[in-house]
Amino acid sequence: MVGLLGLATLASVALLFLILAYVVIQGLPALNLDFFTQRPKPFGEVGGGVQPAILGTLLLAAISGVIAIPVGIAAAIFVVEYRSGRFATPVRFAAELIAGLPSIVVGVFVWALLVRGLVGHYAGIAGAVALAVIMVPIVARTVEEVLKLVPGSLREAALALGAPKWKVILRIVLPTARAGIITAAVLALARSAGETAPLLLTALGNEFFSTDLLRPIDALPLRIYRYAVSPYDDWHTKAWGASLILVAVIAIFSLVLRLATRRGQR
Amino acid sequence: MMSTMETPRGAPTATRPVGPAKGETAVLIEDLSAWYGPTQAVGGVSLELPRGAVTAIIGPSGCGKSTLLRCINRMHETTPGARVAGQVFLDSLDIYWSGVDAVEVRSMVGMVFQKPNPFPMMSIYENVAAGPRLRGWKMDRKKMDELVERNLRRAALWDEVKDRLDRSGAALSGGQQQRLCIARALATDPSVLLMDEPASALDPIATYKIEELVRELASEVTIVIVTHNMQQASRVSQRTAFMLAADDGVGRLVEFGRTDDIFTNPRDSRTEAYITGRFG
Repeated sequence: MVGLLGLATLASVALLFLILAYVVIQGLPALNLDFFTQRPKPFGEVGGGVQPAILGTLLLAAISGVIAIPVGIAAAIFVVEYRSGRFATPVRFAAELIAGLPSIVVGVFVWALLVRGLVGHYAGIAGAVALAVIMVPIVARTVEEVLKLVPGSLREAALALGAPKWKVILRIVLPTARAGIITAAVLALARSAGETAPLLLTALGNEFFSTDLLRPIDALPLRIYRYAVSPYDDWHTKAWGASLILVAVIAIFSLVLRLATRRGQR
Repeated sequence: MMSTMETPRGAPTATRPVGPAKGETAVLIEDLSAWYGPTQAVGGVSLELPRGAVTAIIGPSGCGKSTLLRCINRMHETTPGARVAGQVFLDSLDIYWSGVDAVEVRSMVGMVFQKPNPFPMMSIYENVAAGPRLRGWKMDRKKMDELVERNLRRAALWDEVKDRLDRSGAALSGGQQQRLCIARALATDPSVLLMDEPASALDPIATYKIEELVRELASEVTIVIVTHNMQQASRVSQRTAFMLAADDGVGRLVEFGRTDDIFTNPRDSRTEAYITGRFG
């Protein structure tokens, strides 16, 4: 039995390392300074990089995070701290449903709402909104679990000191759960940074660097997709390079997370 | 929210019903019943707790003594579905009158719980300062330093922690944590201190220190202590209330009087049976 479990563990860890090693081996040849600082070049020209995609991914992550993290935390607070209320269960159920939606469906929805609707064309902001829709339930569900871990005895102690409920939440519950909330936020960011399908229908991608949120914006997953489906070897190598950078971006998120939460412990 | 620093404690305003306040009575409980959902935990308890004395509430598990205690600062209602009937007067304030906010009631009363519960992300200093800060008292650093030292001294903890006030309260021993919680509860100068089996999670030496502390504090603040340890009740209190759950599961007051009388000359045969250890 133990042997079987060990084998399964070994297989899953080995698989992870295999993928990582393959991405590194295939991606490294593409990496050089230009790859980070140059715009993509048209086919036929040598060189060029994925700078717009890197910056686009960071920009999309920042905007979707600013939208989704507060909303997700607020929903979690509502569900956990006001659970006797009539709306807690419907809110939790809705979060579960949205979390279960395939991301392409979210993409189609935002496409209909913003790309065809309010904005009128493909735009970075539509991509950020799509990523935010994907992040909200992830943040809400994870933060919910984290808030549940805050001992009720601390809430009681604060209430008994004569603090109103909102202050108990703001000054006692959230600071106690701080490390877990940061974890939830970063996990959601990392997840959304890798999303491709909804961006295809919203942010679209861009050969040029653009910070104009009302214009199409490039992102690493879009760049990987575009290069990977092309018939050209040079672009395939660039797709691997972009993959390596995407993995690195997510790894950096986790690293920052580790540092931030370690400082939280006294 | 007005703090107790600005308002005379429990001062009744013109619109508030004023209870039958007597100078010697700190807490007056009249015909109090309490429920958790459909289950009644406390039935028809009336008690008059004298000011500046320690009152012990004793009784076997499930007799409603903790519930009764939690009705004195309206913590009972923080449990979903909980409900109360009857009246409780703090000084002269009818705390269950509809115009009284639970937050206001709790700011007149300190509470110490069964398990020590210092705020883990706060230092020792911040734990003591938590009450004033949560209530938004405006104090400069020097005043706050004084307040923290004064209350750590009142809780007999100052000498043990004065060199590590910035360390986490969670790093202290169980007994020290409980005394930190007492300092935290005292920091807002409550007129009544409620203690819910404050020593039941502690070892004998830590328990002894808490009991000594309760006796010392009795001159400054009215204390109500729930305990299932009868020796403890006889050691620390001047008044004792004995509660018992009847066959219907509802906890009722059996006997209330001077601690000496309850322990040496109980009027009720059930009290006698309990204190001589025949049940519970």
